[in-house]
Amino acid sequence: MSCRIEKRFAELRARQRKGLIPFITAGDPLPNASVAIMHALVDYGADLIELGVPYSDPVADGPTIQHSSERAIARGVGIEQILGWVREFRERDVDTPIVLMGYLNPLEIYGYRRFATEARDAGVDGVLLVDLPVEESATIADLREAGLRQIFLVAPTTTAQRLAAIREQAQGFIYYVSFAGITGADQLDPVAVRQRVARIKQGSDIPVAVGFGVRDAASAVAVAERADAVVIGSALVARLATTADREAALVAVGGFLAPIRKALDSTSGPQRRAAL
Amino acid sequence: MSDEASGVQATIKVNDFHAYPDAQGRFGNFGGVFMPETLMPPLQELTAAYLQLREDPEFIAEFERDLKHYVGRPSPIYHAERLSRETGGAQILLKREDLNHTGAHKINNTIGQALVARRMGKRRIIAETGAGQHGVATATVCARFGLDCVVYMGAVDIERQKINVYRMKLLGAEVVPVVSGSQTLKDALNEAMRDWVTNVADTFYIIGTVAGPHPYPMMVRDFNAVVGREARAQMLAQFGRLPHVLTACVGGGSNAIGLFHAFLNDREVAIVGAEAAGEGMASGRHAASLSAGRPGVLHGNRTYVLCDDHGQIVETHSISAGLDYPGVGPEHAFLKDSGRASYVGVSDEEAMSAFHLLARTEGILAALESSHAVAQAIKLARDLPKDQLILCNLSGRGDKDVHTIAAREGIAL
Repeated sequence: MSCRIEKRFAELRARQRKGLIPFITAGDPLPNASVAIMHALVDYGADLIELGVPYSDPVADGPTIQHSSERAIARGVGIEQILGWVREFRERDVDTPIVLMGYLNPLEIYGYRRFATEARDAGVDGVLLVDLPVEESATIADLREAGLRQIFLVAPTTTAQRLAAIREQAQGFIYYVSFAGITGADQLDPVAVRQRVARIKQGSDIPVAVGFGVRDAASAVAVAERADAVVIGSALVARLATTADREAALVAVGGFLAPIRKALDSTSGPQRRAAL
Repeated sequence: MSDEASGVQATIKVNDFHAYPDAQGRFGNFGGVFMPETLMPPLQELTAAYLQLREDPEFIAEFERDLKHYVGRPSPIYHAERLSRETGGAQILLKREDLNHTGAHKINNTIGQALVARRMGKRRIIAETGAGQHGVATATVCARFGLDCVVYMGAVDIERQKINVYRMKLLGAEVVPVVSGSQTLKDALNEAMRDWVTNVADTFYIIGTVAGPHPYPMMVRDFNAVVGREARAQMLAQFGRLPHVLTACVGGGSNAIGLFHAFLNDREVAIVGAEAAGEGMASGRHAASLSAGRPGVLHGNRTYVLCDDHGQIVETHSISAGLDYPGVGPEHAFLKDSGRASYVGVSDEEAMSAFHLLARTEGILAALESSHAVAQAIKLARDLPKDQLILCNLSGRGDKDVHTIAAREGIAL
């Protein structure tokens, strides 16, 4: 079960389709809507879901995700509840990979060993821990042992030497942070991103997803040219934050994601072939 | 040493406390580098630069010259005889860091880091501040070295430390109010890190305490360790012996580690850190990470943190903005677990009483942070014979707190 991520990227490659990875903060805007939102994300074109585990001190996140985390925390959202939602999601969807994204302390307090088995059993496929660099990856050895994939970040500042170390340990895919900054900032430089992604992929098979600053169809297409997938977080979270109830949230997901899916599909096939 | 909160026993055997941290920045189980990838290369660059500079005689001479002629070091050890008599027990000695330029120990570290920044060719300095002492100390050295300075400060702290905010502005710094989270020191730190991650190419982050990712806990300690080195020599020269007990207040823990470090291998010297117990440990409204927290990861290092069962960092409470922090330097976590130092809570009330007693018996207005250490020294002194010596770090002066104290006592200025 834990190879959903690899399987999904293999399918994407076979179909020459660009992966679309939406990020939502678990439990935001409404805890009782999270599972329905996850299904809607898949219905409107998500290939993999990043589920944010809220944390009180998200140093790499801009105001949008900070506030969504604060809202979720205020409603008491924690790992146990989030794993319950994943379990519920898996009753209807056994294919879409789910990566939990967040910071270390909630896992540290939950207990790595306990988290590893419970998350795997719930149907989580991987984790992306923003404040866990490759040097400290032994911290979550229990998770790797349980078969959870460890997704690493690569940044514009990452040196060649670090990139080599990260590629050696990376599993599932590499998440390329498109600029030095916080999530949701307006600093995207698609040309620079394409160059960096090409460098990351040189001599490596591991898929690369690009995130930070991707906010709509145009920016998604712009960074997707060399990448295997794009991650969209803040813009979606901001859109969801304006919805009053579950039904409105589901409508918002469609309105937001469908055009991005369409734009990626209309450009990805032939361009990807050219790039290779 | 008991530890109900974490169940950790004092079982770590340490031969040489000066051998820490290791190359990974670890103090036993604590410390390390838990940071987003974007900041890892600059942190490694900083570590490499600093490891070279700390062995560079020219750099050391430059630092020491500034400590002497700009800061006014060495700071004296003063025997508070009237306070000791009033207390009726052991002798209380004060290491007068309040007499430093800018009025606190914080300048030791900011001079050191500004010199490092200059050597690394960084022209823009950012800092976080709680009480404003570190912000003032950073703004001061930036003015002196001609560096741009941006200080992040929680909106709540800006309200309770207006004088320091204005001092920073007079020194040419930009003070940015932080309105996220609890709007105090931890949030200022978050915001400074967000600035750093965004402006990493030209910016140097001067962290004000012995927390954060490696190399900061080591570097900030090294620059403040002058306090303990001086004190150790002064004790031998003035009193012919080392103190029986050291005490200092602990928020992040920079003044405390500064005093403690030179004495860590002198096992006969007892070490007690005073944490902010706020409205009392039982009230839950405190900032005593070591006494009531548990091991976790915050701001780039593993240490004791105050968080709930979901791992969310909780809001802390202390009358003193400088102690209002839900984490603590990893070296203190290590000293606690190794049994070398013990940490106890001192309430707002006790700190206030100590503030007044020191003012009336010795003519010294201590910072509210330092008043926690004075309160602890008084408590310790009561139970010890008259010939015992307690060395207390008077880490800062209280001028900045006059408004807070007046407001608390219902006095309109």
